[in-house]
Amino acid sequence: MKFGVVVFPGSNCDYDTYYALKNIFKQKTAFLWHKEHDLKNVDCVILPGGFSYGDYLRSGSIAAFSPLMQEVKEFALCGGLVLGICNGFQILLELGLLPGAMLRNEKLKFLCQFVHIRVENNKTPFSHQSKKGQILKIPIAHFDGNYFASPETILEIKKNSQIVFRYSDAKGQLNEEANVNGSAESIAGLINKAGNVLGMMPHPERASEVLLGSEDGRIIFESIIAKLS
Amino acid sequence: MKVRILVSLKDSVLDPQGQTVKNTLHTLGYNSIKDVRQGKVFELELEGISKKEAEKIIPEISDKVLANPVIEKFSWQIIEKG
Repeated sequence: MKFGVVVFPGSNCDYDTYYALKNIFKQKTAFLWHKEHDLKNVDCVILPGGFSYGDYLRSGSIAAFSPLMQEVKEFALCGGLVLGICNGFQILLELGLLPGAMLRNEKLKFLCQFVHIRVENNKTPFSHQSKKGQILKIPIAHFDGNYFASPETILEIKKNSQIVFRYSDAKGQLNEEANVNGSAESIAGLINKAGNVLGMMPHPERASEVLLGSEDGRIIFESIIAKLS
Repeated sequence: MKVRILVSLKDSVLDPQGQTVKNTLHTLGYNSIKDVRQGKVFELELEGISKKEAEKIIPEISDKVLANPVIEKFSWQIIEKG
């Protein structure tokens, strides 16, 4: 089993993600340069956080047009596992692999803090090691994380159980205060209809060691590893 | 030929930046400002194509690249004939 971490100019969580996979989870991991056309036979592609192309035009928009992303799109359409974290989530939206778009955070502030997210769907390759309703403490760091979709799309993703994580308080209650960026339906993590492409704003790689203040992010990587093993 | 493309959030999408600008204008006493919507302007210089061809590619690139049709709309005009 092999993981691939895509590197764009401006990615800044690529090494964190690589470190987590390689050193903490002891997985074979390769960097994938955005200008190449080679996925190096990986079994799971991770689009890491950061500010690809300086967030020019719209967050994630330029990266979505890079050569490697066309391969990633094909990989995803053939059922390959793709996880987009933060900027990676924004790229997946721009690429059209996930429905909706990101707006600027409701209160117009860059948010860099721990949040709580509640597992809404634990029947995905990325969350099957967790329990439904489980609360995870994982940090966020973004300016554009205010998820938006048309009312019809929202109905559709709810009907298909595509909401995997919601922002909640420490007790698992949904409220305005816990929904820090103003996302529709408090969406923190969203999966595609086919169930193989997940985008999430919180950074699980930054919550994979006690030293970092939380190990709750491990469950996402452990789910993928168990699924692929 | 020069083309100006205006991209802004759809009317159905909240624009907190526009709201903040409006609030500031009210603070300064410009109370007649009823609403502010913020957008982006792109100026494109084109060469070697006809007006007809431009009319075909401008909406195409606006839809594909310059605007995100989920949240944004666009309009455009030729500002300098080529």
